[in-house]
Amino acid sequence: MSLLEQTDTSLRQNEVQEQRYALPKEKKIEFLQVEKKFESGGKIIEALKGVTLTVEKGDIFGVIGFSGAGKSTLLRTVNLLERPTSGTVIVDGKDLTTLSVAQLRRVKKDIGMIFQQFNLLESKTVFENVAMPLLLSQTPKKVVQERVAELLSFVGLSDKAKSFPDELSGGQKQRVGIARALATNPSILLSDEATSALDPQTTESILELLKRVNKEYNITILMITHEMNVIKEICNRVAVMEHGTVVEQGEVLDMFAHPQTETARNFVKSVIRDDIPPSVYKALANSRGQSKIYQIHFVGENSGQQVVSQVAKQFQTQVHMLFGNISELQGVPFGNMIVEIGGSSADIARAYQYIQQQNVTVKEIS
Amino acid sequence: MEVSSEQIWQAVYQTLYMVGVSLVFATLIGLPLGILLVVTRKGHILENQAIFSILNPIINVLRSVPFIILLVAIIPFTRLLVGTSIGTTAAIVPLVIYTGPYIARLIENSLLEVNAGIIEAAEAMGATPLQIIFRFLIPETLGSLVLSITTATIGLIGATAMAGAVGGGGIGDLAITYGYQRFSTITIVATVIILVVLVQGIQSLGNRLARKIRRK
Repeated sequence: MSLLEQTDTSLRQNEVQEQRYALPKEKKIEFLQVEKKFESGGKIIEALKGVTLTVEKGDIFGVIGFSGAGKSTLLRTVNLLERPTSGTVIVDGKDLTTLSVAQLRRVKKDIGMIFQQFNLLESKTVFENVAMPLLLSQTPKKVVQERVAELLSFVGLSDKAKSFPDELSGGQKQRVGIARALATNPSILLSDEATSALDPQTTESILELLKRVNKEYNITILMITHEMNVIKEICNRVAVMEHGTVVEQGEVLDMFAHPQTETARNFVKSVIRDDIPPSVYKALANSRGQSKIYQIHFVGENSGQQVVSQVAKQFQTQVHMLFGNISELQGVPFGNMIVEIGGSSADIARAYQYIQQQNVTVKEIS
Repeated sequence: MEVSSEQIWQAVYQTLYMVGVSLVFATLIGLPLGILLVVTRKGHILENQAIFSILNPIINVLRSVPFIILLVAIIPFTRLLVGTSIGTTAAIVPLVIYTGPYIARLIENSLLEVNAGIIEAAEAMGATPLQIIFRFLIPETLGSLVLSITTATIGLIGATAMAGAVGGGGIGDLAITYGYQRFSTITIVATVIILVVLVQGIQSLGNRLARKIRRK
Protein backbone atom coordinates (compact mmCIF):
# COMPACT_ATOMS: atom_id res chain seq x y z
CA MET A 1 0.00 0.00 0.00
CA SER A 2 2.60 2.55 1.07
CA LEU A 3 4.94 1.49 -1.71
CA LEU A 4 2.19 1.85 -4.25
CA GLU A 5 1.30 5.20 -2.84
CA GLN A 6 4.87 6.38 -3.04
CA THR A 7 5.24 5.31 -6.64
CA ASP A 8 2.00 7.02 -7.41
CA THR A 9 3.09 10.24 -5.74
CA SER A 10 6.48 10.32 -7.41
CA LEU A 11 4.82 9.68 -10.76
CA ARG A 12 2.52 12.55 -10.16
CA GLN A 13 5.42 14.74 -9.13
CA ASN A 14 7.11 14.00 -12.41
CA GLU A 15 3.97 14.85 -14.27
CA VAL A 16 3.70 18.15 -12.45
CA GLN A 17 7.31 18.93 -13.23
CA GLU A 18 6.89 18.03 -16.88
CA GLN A 19 3.81 20.11 -17.12
CA ARG A 20 5.49 23.09 -15.61
CA TYR A 21 8.26 23.10 -18.13
CA ALA A 22 6.38 22.04 -21.25
CA LEU A 23 6.03 25.20 -23.33
CA PRO A 24 4.34 26.70 -25.20
CA LYS A 25 0.88 25.82 -24.02
CA GLU A 26 -2.49 26.06 -25.65
CA LYS A 27 -4.80 28.80 -24.42
CA LYS A 28 -8.05 27.35 -23.16
CA ILE A 29 -9.92 30.21 -21.53
CA GLU A 30 -8.98 33.85 -21.98
CA PHE A 31 -10.52 36.71 -20.07
CA LEU A 32 -9.77 40.04 -21.74
CA GLN A 33 -10.66 43.19 -19.80
CA VAL A 34 -13.84 41.55 -18.56
CA GLU A 35 -16.20 43.91 -16.78
CA LYS A 36 -19.52 43.15 -15.21
CA LYS A 37 -21.88 45.67 -13.68
CA PHE A 38 -25.07 44.84 -11.81
CA GLU A 39 -27.84 47.18 -10.95
CA SER A 40 -29.21 46.65 -7.50
CA GLY A 41 -31.68 48.99 -5.86
CA GLY A 42 -30.75 51.88 -8.16
CA LYS A 43 -27.06 51.43 -7.41
CA ILE A 44 -24.55 50.15 -9.91
CA ILE A 45 -22.32 47.45 -8.50
CA GLU A 46 -19.13 46.69 -10.36
CA ALA A 47 -18.55 43.00 -9.79
CA LEU A 48 -15.70 42.75 -12.27
CA LYS A 49 -13.52 45.72 -13.13
CA GLY A 50 -11.49 44.63 -16.11
CA VAL A 51 -10.18 41.16 -15.44
CA THR A 52 -7.54 39.74 -17.76
CA LEU A 53 -6.46 36.14 -17.22
CA THR A 54 -5.39 33.20 -19.31
CA VAL A 55 -6.11 29.61 -18.38
CA GLU A 56 -4.01 27.17 -20.34
CA LYS A 57 -4.97 23.71 -21.50
CA GLY A 58 -4.40 21.16 -18.75
CA ASP A 59 -4.27 23.75 -15.99
CA ILE A 60 -5.92 23.41 -12.65
CA PHE A 61 -6.36 27.11 -12.28
CA GLY A 62 -7.51 28.43 -8.95
CA VAL A 63 -9.09 31.81 -8.34
CA ILE A 64 -9.04 32.75 -4.69
CA GLY A 65 -10.63 35.67 -2.92
CA PHE A 66 -12.96 36.61 -0.11
CA SER A 67 -16.70 36.57 -0.73
CA GLY A 68 -17.73 39.55 -2.80
CA ALA A 69 -14.40 39.67 -4.62
CA GLY A 70 -16.13 38.83 -7.90
CA LYS A 71 -14.70 35.37 -8.41
CA SER A 72 -18.08 33.70 -8.66
CA THR A 73 -19.17 36.21 -11.31
CA LEU A 74 -15.91 35.65 -13.19
CA LEU A 75 -16.45 31.88 -13.23
CA ARG A 76 -19.97 32.34 -14.59
CA THR A 77 -18.80 34.42 -17.53
CA VAL A 78 -17.08 31.32 -18.91
CA ASN A 79 -20.39 29.60 -19.72
CA LEU A 80 -22.24 32.91 -19.95
CA LEU A 81 -24.43 32.29 -16.92
CA GLU A 82 -23.31 35.89 -16.53
CA ARG A 83 -22.80 37.95 -19.64
CA PRO A 84 -19.90 40.39 -19.36
CA THR A 85 -20.93 44.05 -19.58
CA SER A 86 -17.81 44.63 -21.61
CA GLY A 87 -14.66 42.77 -22.51
CA THR A 88 -14.45 39.30 -23.99
CA VAL A 89 -14.23 35.74 -22.77
CA ILE A 90 -12.64 33.44 -25.29
CA VAL A 91 -13.09 29.70 -24.85
CA ASP A 92 -11.15 27.44 -27.21
CA GLY A 93 -10.54 30.41 -29.48
CA LYS A 94 -14.22 31.34 -29.68
CA ASP A 95 -15.80 34.47 -28.28
CA LEU A 96 -18.95 32.96 -26.79
CA THR A 97 -20.85 36.26 -26.76
CA THR A 98 -20.95 36.18 -30.56
CA LEU A 99 -22.60 32.75 -30.73
CA SER A 100 -26.28 32.11 -31.37
CA VAL A 101 -28.37 30.61 -28.59
CA ALA A 102 -28.25 27.17 -30.22
CA GLN A 103 -24.50 27.32 -30.79
CA LEU A 104 -24.01 28.41 -27.20
CA ARG A 105 -26.00 25.42 -25.97
CA ARG A 106 -23.68 23.12 -27.87
CA VAL A 107 -20.61 24.83 -26.44
CA LYS A 108 -22.04 24.43 -22.93
CA LYS A 109 -21.90 20.66 -23.35
CA ASP A 110 -18.16 21.10 -23.51
CA ILE A 111 -18.08 22.99 -20.21
CA GLY A 112 -19.05 21.00 -17.12
CA MET A 113 -19.84 22.77 -13.88
CA ILE A 114 -19.98 21.74 -10.23
CA PHE A 115 -21.40 23.71 -7.35
CA GLN A 116 -20.94 24.31 -3.64
CA GLN A 117 -24.51 23.18 -2.94
CA PHE A 118 -24.26 20.33 -5.50
CA ASN A 119 -27.55 21.35 -7.16
CA LEU A 120 -28.74 17.81 -7.75
CA LEU A 121 -32.34 17.01 -8.56
CA GLU A 122 -33.81 15.66 -5.32
CA SER A 123 -36.59 13.94 -7.21
CA LYS A 124 -34.22 11.88 -9.36
CA THR A 125 -31.95 8.98 -8.56
CA VAL A 126 -28.18 9.24 -8.76
CA PHE A 127 -28.35 7.48 -12.12
CA GLU A 128 -30.98 9.87 -13.47
CA ASN A 129 -29.05 12.89 -12.23
CA VAL A 130 -25.88 11.83 -13.99
CA ALA A 131 -27.86 10.91 -17.11
CA MET A 132 -29.63 14.28 -17.28
CA PRO A 133 -27.16 16.16 -19.50
CA LEU A 134 -27.24 13.23 -21.95
CA LEU A 135 -31.05 13.06 -21.98
CA LEU A 136 -31.18 16.76 -22.80
CA SER A 137 -29.37 16.05 -26.04
CA GLN A 138 -31.47 12.98 -26.93
CA THR A 139 -28.66 10.49 -26.45
CA PRO A 140 -29.67 6.87 -27.24
CA LYS A 141 -30.66 4.95 -24.12
CA LYS A 142 -27.94 2.35 -24.49
CA VAL A 143 -25.22 4.98 -24.73
CA VAL A 144 -26.63 6.71 -21.66
CA GLN A 145 -26.59 3.44 -19.70
CA GLU A 146 -22.98 2.74 -20.52
CA ARG A 147 -21.73 6.28 -20.01
CA VAL A 148 -23.45 6.70 -16.64
CA ALA A 149 -22.18 3.33 -15.43
CA GLU A 150 -18.66 4.29 -16.46
CA LEU A 151 -18.88 7.67 -14.72
CA LEU A 152 -20.33 6.25 -11.52
CA SER A 153 -17.53 3.76 -11.40
CA PHE A 154 -15.00 6.57 -12.00
CA VAL A 155 -16.33 8.55 -9.02
CA GLY A 156 -16.71 5.39 -6.91
CA LEU A 157 -20.50 5.37 -6.60
CA SER A 158 -21.49 2.37 -8.71
CA ASP A 159 -23.46 0.95 -5.80
CA LYS A 160 -25.48 4.15 -5.34
CA ALA A 161 -27.04 4.35 -8.82
CA LYS A 162 -30.56 3.79 -7.47
CA SER A 163 -30.17 6.01 -4.40
CA PHE A 164 -31.66 9.45 -4.12
CA PRO A 165 -29.51 12.50 -3.29
CA ASP A 166 -31.03 12.88 0.18
CA GLU A 167 -29.67 9.44 1.04
CA LEU A 168 -26.11 10.52 0.30
CA SER A 169 -23.44 12.33 2.30
CA GLY A 170 -22.11 15.70 1.13
CA GLY A 171 -19.02 14.14 -0.37
CA GLN A 172 -21.08 11.56 -2.24
CA LYS A 173 -23.36 14.29 -3.55
CA GLN A 174 -20.38 16.17 -4.91
CA ARG A 175 -19.17 12.97 -6.57
CA VAL A 176 -22.54 12.73 -8.29
CA GLY A 177 -22.16 16.39 -9.26
CA ILE A 178 -18.77 15.65 -10.77
CA ALA A 179 -20.06 12.59 -12.63
CA ARG A 180 -22.93 14.67 -14.00
CA ALA A 181 -20.57 17.45 -15.07
CA LEU A 182 -18.46 14.91 -16.95
CA ALA A 183 -21.38 13.19 -18.68
CA THR A 184 -21.10 15.08 -21.95
CA ASN A 185 -17.32 14.62 -22.14
CA PRO A 186 -16.40 18.26 -21.58
CA SER A 187 -12.89 19.64 -21.98
CA ILE A 188 -13.41 22.26 -19.27
CA LEU A 189 -14.70 21.86 -15.73
CA LEU A 190 -15.81 24.91 -13.75
CA SER A 191 -15.81 24.41 -10.01
CA ASP A 192 -17.75 26.87 -7.88
CA GLU A 193 -16.51 26.42 -4.30
CA ALA A 194 -17.01 22.68 -4.78
CA THR A 195 -15.48 21.73 -1.45
CA SER A 196 -16.60 24.65 0.69
CA ALA A 197 -19.56 22.79 2.16
CA LEU A 198 -17.47 19.71 3.00
CA ASP A 199 -15.39 18.69 5.99
CA PRO A 200 -11.58 18.58 5.62
CA GLN A 201 -11.33 14.84 4.98
CA THR A 202 -14.08 14.86 2.40
CA THR A 203 -12.55 17.96 0.84
CA GLU A 204 -9.31 16.08 0.40
CA SER A 205 -10.99 13.12 -1.30
CA ILE A 206 -12.92 15.40 -3.64
CA LEU A 207 -9.72 17.27 -4.52
CA GLU A 208 -8.05 13.94 -5.25
CA LEU A 209 -10.95 13.11 -7.55
CA LEU A 210 -10.62 16.47 -9.33
CA LYS A 211 -6.93 15.78 -9.81
CA ARG A 212 -7.86 12.50 -11.50
CA VAL A 213 -10.42 14.30 -13.65
CA ASN A 214 -7.63 16.63 -14.75
CA LYS A 215 -5.11 13.88 -15.45
CA GLU A 216 -7.18 10.96 -16.71
CA TYR A 217 -9.67 12.88 -18.82
CA ASN A 218 -7.29 15.73 -19.61
CA ILE A 219 -9.86 18.28 -18.51
CA THR A 220 -8.84 21.85 -17.81
CA ILE A 221 -10.22 22.93 -14.44
CA LEU A 222 -11.03 26.48 -13.44
CA MET A 223 -11.99 26.63 -9.80
CA ILE A 224 -12.91 29.36 -7.41
CA THR A 225 -12.44 29.03 -3.69
CA HIS A 226 -11.83 31.01 -0.56
CA GLU A 227 -9.64 28.27 0.91
CA MET A 228 -5.93 28.56 0.21
CA ASN A 229 -5.63 24.92 1.20
CA VAL A 230 -7.53 23.94 -1.96
CA ILE A 231 -5.13 25.98 -4.10
CA LYS A 232 -2.18 24.42 -2.31
CA GLU A 233 -3.48 20.88 -2.78
CA ILE A 234 -4.27 20.78 -6.48
CA CYS A 235 -3.80 24.00 -8.42
CA ASN A 236 -0.79 24.69 -10.60
CA ARG A 237 -1.74 28.29 -11.26
CA VAL A 238 -3.57 30.80 -9.13
CA ALA A 239 -5.07 34.27 -9.31
CA VAL A 240 -5.97 36.36 -6.28
CA MET A 241 -9.05 38.51 -6.66
CA GLU A 242 -10.08 41.50 -4.63
CA HIS A 243 -12.84 44.05 -5.26
CA GLY A 244 -13.47 42.84 -8.80
CA THR A 245 -9.89 42.82 -9.97
CA VAL A 246 -7.06 40.32 -10.11
CA VAL A 247 -4.41 41.66 -7.78
CA GLU A 248 -1.92 38.89 -8.29
CA GLN A 249 -1.49 35.80 -10.44
CA GLY A 250 1.08 33.21 -11.30
CA GLU A 251 2.40 29.75 -10.56
CA VAL A 252 1.20 28.47 -7.21
CA LEU A 253 4.76 27.74 -6.05
CA ASP A 254 5.87 31.27 -6.86
CA MET A 255 2.97 32.77 -5.02
CA PHE A 256 3.65 30.69 -1.94
CA ALA A 257 7.31 31.61 -2.09
CA HIS A 258 6.96 35.28 -2.93
CA PRO A 259 3.49 36.66 -2.44
CA GLN A 260 3.48 40.23 -3.73
CA THR A 261 0.32 41.66 -2.23
CA GLU A 262 -1.01 41.85 1.30
CA THR A 263 -4.05 39.75 0.30
CA ALA A 264 -1.89 37.03 -1.20
CA ARG A 265 0.37 37.07 1.84
CA ASN A 266 -2.62 36.61 4.10
CA PHE A 267 -3.89 33.68 2.06
CA VAL A 268 -0.46 32.05 2.13
CA LYS A 269 -0.30 32.57 5.88
CA SER A 270 -3.65 30.84 6.25
CA VAL A 271 -2.06 27.52 5.27
CA ILE A 272 1.59 28.07 6.10
CA ARG A 273 2.24 29.55 9.46
CA ASP A 274 4.92 32.19 9.38
CA ASP A 275 4.19 34.27 12.41
CA ILE A 276 6.89 34.24 15.04
CA PRO A 277 6.07 32.01 18.01
CA PRO A 278 6.42 33.50 21.52
CA SER A 279 9.21 31.04 22.32
CA VAL A 280 11.35 32.77 19.71
CA TYR A 281 10.97 36.09 21.45
CA LYS A 282 11.94 34.46 24.71
CA ALA A 283 15.10 33.15 23.06
CA LEU A 284 15.70 36.59 21.64
CA ALA A 285 15.50 38.17 25.08
CA ASN A 286 18.00 35.65 26.43
CA SER A 287 20.51 35.95 23.61
CA ARG A 288 22.31 39.05 25.04
CA GLY A 289 24.04 40.04 21.85
CA GLN A 290 25.91 36.76 21.48
CA SER A 291 23.58 35.56 18.78
CA LYS A 292 21.05 36.73 16.24
CA ILE A 293 17.80 35.24 15.11
CA TYR A 294 16.85 34.91 11.47
CA GLN A 295 13.76 33.81 9.68
CA ILE A 296 14.40 31.87 6.48
CA HIS A 297 11.79 31.11 3.83
CA PHE A 298 12.70 28.53 1.28
CA VAL A 299 11.26 26.63 -1.66
CA GLY A 300 12.73 23.51 -3.15
CA GLU A 301 14.49 20.30 -2.34
CA ASN A 302 17.96 21.38 -1.36
CA SER A 303 17.57 24.89 -0.08
CA GLY A 304 16.41 25.26 3.49
CA GLN A 305 18.07 22.56 5.54
CA GLN A 306 21.18 22.63 3.39
CA VAL A 307 21.73 26.33 3.96
CA VAL A 308 21.49 25.83 7.68
CA SER A 309 23.95 22.94 7.74
CA GLN A 310 26.39 24.84 5.52
CA VAL A 311 26.27 27.82 7.85
CA ALA A 312 27.16 25.56 10.75
CA LYS A 313 29.98 23.92 8.80
CA GLN A 314 31.56 26.83 7.01
CA PHE A 315 31.51 29.48 9.70
CA GLN A 316 32.52 29.64 13.30
CA THR A 317 28.94 29.70 14.40
CA GLN A 318 26.45 27.63 16.35
CA VAL A 319 23.12 27.20 14.71
CA HIS A 320 19.98 26.36 16.68
CA MET A 321 16.73 25.64 15.03
CA LEU A 322 14.07 27.50 17.03
CA PHE A 323 11.08 26.89 14.86
CA GLY A 324 10.38 25.07 11.62
CA ASN A 325 7.38 24.56 9.42
CA ILE A 326 7.86 22.58 6.27
CA SER A 327 5.11 21.48 3.97
CA GLU A 328 4.92 20.17 0.47
CA LEU A 329 3.53 21.97 -2.54
CA GLN A 330 3.05 19.78 -5.59
CA GLY A 331 5.91 17.59 -4.47
CA VAL A 332 8.23 20.47 -3.67
CA PRO A 333 9.19 21.15 -0.06
CA PHE A 334 8.31 24.60 1.05
CA GLY A 335 8.92 26.08 4.42
CA ASN A 336 9.74 28.61 7.00
CA MET A 337 12.49 28.23 9.60
CA ILE A 338 13.62 30.36 12.46
CA VAL A 339 17.23 29.82 13.47
CA GLU A 340 19.46 31.29 16.08
CA ILE A 341 23.04 31.84 14.96
CA GLY A 342 25.59 32.30 17.70
CA GLY A 343 29.22 33.36 17.47
CA SER A 344 31.33 36.48 17.08
CA SER A 345 29.55 39.33 15.36
CA ALA A 346 31.96 39.10 12.43
CA ASP A 347 31.17 35.41 11.95
CA ILE A 348 27.47 36.03 12.26
CA ALA A 349 27.70 38.79 9.65
CA ARG A 350 29.58 36.49 7.28
CA ALA A 351 27.03 33.74 7.83
CA TYR A 352 24.21 36.17 7.15
CA GLN A 353 25.89 37.30 3.95
CA TYR A 354 26.25 33.69 2.87
CA ILE A 355 22.57 32.94 3.50
CA GLN A 356 21.54 35.97 1.52
CA GLN A 357 23.40 34.62 -1.50
CA GLN A 358 21.45 31.37 -1.40
CA ASN A 359 18.12 30.74 -3.01
CA VAL A 360 16.15 31.66 0.12
CA THR A 361 14.59 34.71 1.67
CA VAL A 362 16.09 35.70 4.97
CA LYS A 363 15.32 38.41 7.45
CA GLU A 364 16.59 39.22 10.89
CA ILE A 365 14.18 39.16 13.77
CA SER A 366 14.80 41.71 16.45
CA MET B 1 -90.73 17.50 3.09
CA GLU B 2 -87.64 15.36 3.10
CA VAL B 3 -85.24 14.71 0.25
CA SER B 4 -85.18 11.28 -1.34
CA SER B 5 -81.96 9.29 -1.53
CA GLU B 6 -82.35 9.53 -5.28
CA GLN B 7 -82.11 13.30 -5.04
CA ILE B 8 -79.01 13.01 -2.90
CA TRP B 9 -77.28 10.70 -5.37
CA GLN B 10 -78.25 13.01 -8.17
CA ALA B 11 -76.73 15.92 -6.27
CA VAL B 12 -73.54 13.99 -5.52
CA TYR B 13 -73.26 13.14 -9.20
CA GLN B 14 -73.76 16.80 -10.18
CA THR B 15 -71.13 17.96 -7.72
CA LEU B 16 -68.60 15.39 -8.90
CA TYR B 17 -69.37 16.26 -12.52
CA MET B 18 -68.92 20.00 -11.94
CA VAL B 19 -65.79 19.54 -9.86
CA GLY B 20 -64.25 17.00 -12.23
CA VAL B 21 -64.83 18.86 -15.47
CA SER B 22 -63.99 22.28 -13.99
CA LEU B 23 -60.82 20.90 -12.44
CA VAL B 24 -59.60 19.57 -15.78
CA PHE B 25 -60.18 22.86 -17.58
CA ALA B 26 -59.01 25.03 -14.69
CA THR B 27 -55.78 23.04 -14.52
CA LEU B 28 -55.31 23.30 -18.26
CA ILE B 29 -55.54 27.07 -17.86
CA GLY B 30 -53.91 27.46 -14.46
CA LEU B 31 -50.84 25.28 -14.99
CA PRO B 32 -49.45 27.17 -17.99
CA LEU B 33 -50.35 30.50 -16.37
CA GLY B 34 -48.61 29.51 -13.15
CA ILE B 35 -45.53 28.45 -15.11
CA LEU B 36 -45.61 31.73 -17.05
CA LEU B 37 -45.87 33.70 -13.80
CA VAL B 38 -42.66 32.04 -12.65
CA VAL B 39 -40.51 31.98 -15.77
CA THR B 40 -41.33 35.50 -16.98
CA ARG B 41 -40.44 37.19 -13.72
CA LYS B 42 -37.27 39.22 -13.38
CA GLY B 43 -34.12 37.17 -13.56
CA HIS B 44 -35.88 33.95 -14.54
CA ILE B 45 -35.32 31.82 -17.63
CA LEU B 46 -37.81 33.64 -19.89
CA GLU B 47 -37.80 37.04 -18.23
CA ASN B 48 -40.50 39.12 -19.88
CA GLN B 49 -41.64 42.21 -18.08
CA ALA B 50 -44.60 42.78 -20.43
CA ILE B 51 -46.16 39.35 -19.98
CA PHE B 52 -45.53 39.27 -16.25
CA SER B 53 -46.89 42.75 -15.55
CA ILE B 54 -50.08 42.06 -17.54
CA LEU B 55 -50.70 38.54 -16.24
CA ASN B 56 -50.07 39.28 -12.59
CA PRO B 57 -52.81 41.93 -12.06
CA ILE B 58 -55.34 40.07 -14.24
CA ILE B 59 -55.01 37.05 -12.00
CA ASN B 60 -55.34 39.23 -8.92
CA VAL B 61 -58.51 40.87 -10.25
CA LEU B 62 -60.11 37.54 -11.14
CA ARG B 63 -59.22 36.20 -7.74
CA SER B 64 -60.76 39.12 -5.89
CA VAL B 65 -64.22 38.82 -7.46
CA PRO B 66 -66.53 36.82 -5.16
CA PHE B 67 -67.70 33.68 -6.92
CA ILE B 68 -71.39 34.47 -6.63
CA ILE B 69 -70.79 37.81 -8.45
CA LEU B 70 -68.59 36.20 -11.09
CA LEU B 71 -71.24 33.56 -11.66
CA VAL B 72 -73.82 36.16 -12.59
CA ALA B 73 -71.50 38.69 -14.21
CA ILE B 74 -70.26 36.35 -16.92
CA ILE B 75 -73.65 34.94 -17.89
CA PRO B 76 -73.42 36.37 -21.45
CA PHE B 77 -69.99 34.82 -21.87
CA THR B 78 -71.25 31.51 -20.55
CA ARG B 79 -74.16 31.55 -22.99
CA LEU B 80 -71.75 32.28 -25.83
CA LEU B 81 -69.50 29.42 -24.85
CA VAL B 82 -71.91 26.59 -23.99
CA GLY B 83 -75.16 27.86 -25.52
CA THR B 84 -76.99 28.18 -22.21
CA SER B 85 -76.57 30.07 -18.98
CA ILE B 86 -78.56 27.66 -16.85
CA GLY B 87 -77.80 24.15 -15.64
CA THR B 88 -74.90 22.06 -14.44
CA THR B 89 -72.84 22.49 -17.59
CA ALA B 90 -73.39 26.26 -17.54
CA ALA B 91 -72.02 26.36 -13.99
CA ILE B 92 -68.77 24.89 -15.17
CA VAL B 93 -67.75 28.03 -17.11
CA PRO B 94 -67.64 30.37 -14.08
CA LEU B 95 -66.13 27.59 -11.97
CA VAL B 96 -63.25 27.31 -14.43
CA ILE B 97 -62.74 31.06 -14.60
CA TYR B 98 -62.81 31.23 -10.81
CA THR B 99 -60.48 28.30 -10.18
CA GLY B 100 -58.02 28.75 -13.07
CA PRO B 101 -56.32 31.84 -11.60
CA TYR B 102 -56.35 30.22 -8.16
CA ILE B 103 -54.52 27.20 -9.54
CA ALA B 104 -52.11 29.53 -11.36
CA ARG B 105 -51.17 31.14 -8.04
CA LEU B 106 -50.79 27.81 -6.26
CA ILE B 107 -48.63 26.41 -9.07
CA GLU B 108 -46.58 29.61 -9.05
CA ASN B 109 -45.92 29.22 -5.33
CA SER B 110 -44.91 25.59 -5.76
CA LEU B 111 -42.55 26.29 -8.64
CA LEU B 112 -40.91 29.15 -6.77
CA GLU B 113 -39.77 26.60 -4.18
CA VAL B 114 -37.22 25.28 -6.67
CA ASN B 115 -33.73 26.27 -5.64
CA ALA B 116 -32.15 28.79 -8.00
CA GLY B 117 -29.08 26.54 -8.06
CA ILE B 118 -31.04 23.79 -9.84
CA ILE B 119 -31.96 26.20 -12.61
CA GLU B 120 -28.39 27.40 -12.80
CA ALA B 121 -27.18 23.81 -13.13
CA ALA B 122 -29.73 23.23 -15.89
CA GLU B 123 -28.60 26.33 -17.75
CA ALA B 124 -24.98 25.30 -17.38
CA MET B 125 -25.90 21.97 -19.03
CA GLY B 126 -27.31 23.87 -21.97
CA ALA B 127 -30.95 22.97 -21.28
CA THR B 128 -33.57 24.85 -23.31
CA PRO B 129 -36.25 26.80 -21.39
CA LEU B 130 -38.80 24.07 -22.16
CA GLN B 131 -36.39 21.41 -20.91
CA ILE B 132 -35.83 23.43 -17.75
CA ILE B 133 -39.58 23.60 -17.16
CA PHE B 134 -40.41 19.97 -17.91
CA ARG B 135 -37.26 18.18 -16.81
CA PHE B 136 -36.25 20.29 -13.81
CA LEU B 137 -38.95 22.60 -12.42
CA ILE B 138 -41.96 20.30 -12.66
CA PRO B 139 -40.31 17.03 -11.55
CA GLU B 140 -38.69 18.79 -8.60
CA THR B 141 -42.03 20.17 -7.38
CA LEU B 142 -44.39 17.40 -8.45
CA GLY B 143 -45.34 16.49 -4.88
CA SER B 144 -46.08 20.09 -4.07
CA LEU B 145 -48.00 20.52 -7.34
CA VAL B 146 -50.23 17.56 -6.44
CA LEU B 147 -50.99 19.17 -3.09
CA SER B 148 -51.78 22.45 -4.87
CA ILE B 149 -54.26 20.72 -7.14
CA THR B 150 -55.76 18.99 -4.09
CA THR B 151 -56.28 22.35 -2.41
CA ALA B 152 -57.82 23.72 -5.59
CA THR B 153 -60.19 20.73 -5.82
CA ILE B 154 -61.45 21.32 -2.32
CA GLY B 155 -61.90 25.01 -3.10
CA LEU B 156 -63.93 23.95 -6.14
CA ILE B 157 -66.25 21.83 -4.02
CA GLY B 158 -66.96 24.89 -1.91
CA ALA B 159 -67.63 27.01 -4.96
CA THR B 160 -70.04 24.46 -6.46
CA ALA B 161 -72.36 25.09 -3.52
CA MET B 162 -73.19 28.42 -5.14
CA ALA B 163 -73.79 26.85 -8.53
CA GLY B 164 -77.43 26.49 -7.51
CA ALA B 165 -77.79 30.18 -8.38
CA VAL B 166 -77.65 29.24 -12.06
CA GLY B 167 -79.46 25.95 -11.62
CA GLY B 168 -76.29 23.91 -11.45
CA GLY B 169 -77.55 21.63 -8.71
CA GLY B 170 -75.12 19.68 -6.57
CA ILE B 171 -74.82 18.88 -2.88
CA GLY B 172 -74.43 22.47 -1.77
CA ASP B 173 -77.54 23.48 -3.66
CA LEU B 174 -79.44 20.63 -2.01
CA ALA B 175 -78.32 21.83 1.41
CA ILE B 176 -79.47 25.38 0.70
CA THR B 177 -82.81 24.66 -1.00
CA TYR B 178 -83.97 21.74 1.15
CA GLY B 179 -81.97 22.03 4.33
CA TYR B 180 -81.81 25.77 4.85
CA GLN B 181 -84.82 27.17 3.06
CA ARG B 182 -87.19 24.36 4.11
CA PHE B 183 -85.78 23.84 7.59
CA SER B 184 -84.79 20.21 7.00
CA THR B 185 -82.12 19.55 9.61
CA ILE B 186 -81.64 16.00 8.43
CA THR B 187 -80.83 17.22 4.91
CA ILE B 188 -78.26 19.68 6.27
CA VAL B 189 -76.64 16.97 8.38
CA ALA B 190 -76.67 14.49 5.50
CA THR B 191 -75.17 16.92 3.00
CA VAL B 192 -72.55 18.11 5.45
CA ILE B 193 -71.54 14.52 6.14
CA ILE B 194 -71.29 13.84 2.43
CA LEU B 195 -69.15 16.96 1.93
CA VAL B 196 -66.89 16.09 4.86
CA VAL B 197 -66.36 12.59 3.48
CA LEU B 198 -65.69 14.00 0.01
CA VAL B 199 -63.19 16.60 1.22
CA GLN B 200 -61.47 14.12 3.53
CA GLY B 201 -61.25 11.60 0.75
CA ILE B 202 -59.76 14.02 -1.73
CA GLN B 203 -57.31 15.44 0.79
CA SER B 204 -55.98 12.07 1.88
CA LEU B 205 -55.78 10.91 -1.73
CA GLY B 206 -53.75 14.03 -2.54
CA ASN B 207 -51.53 13.57 0.52
CA ARG B 208 -50.89 9.96 -0.27
CA LEU B 209 -50.02 10.74 -3.87
CA ALA B 210 -47.71 13.58 -2.88
CA ARG B 211 -46.03 11.37 -0.30
CA LYS B 212 -45.51 8.68 -2.85
CA ILE B 213 -43.95 11.16 -5.24
CA ARG B 214 -41.71 12.51 -2.50
CA ARG B 215 -40.93 8.97 -1.26
CA LYS B 216 -41.33 9.98 2.40
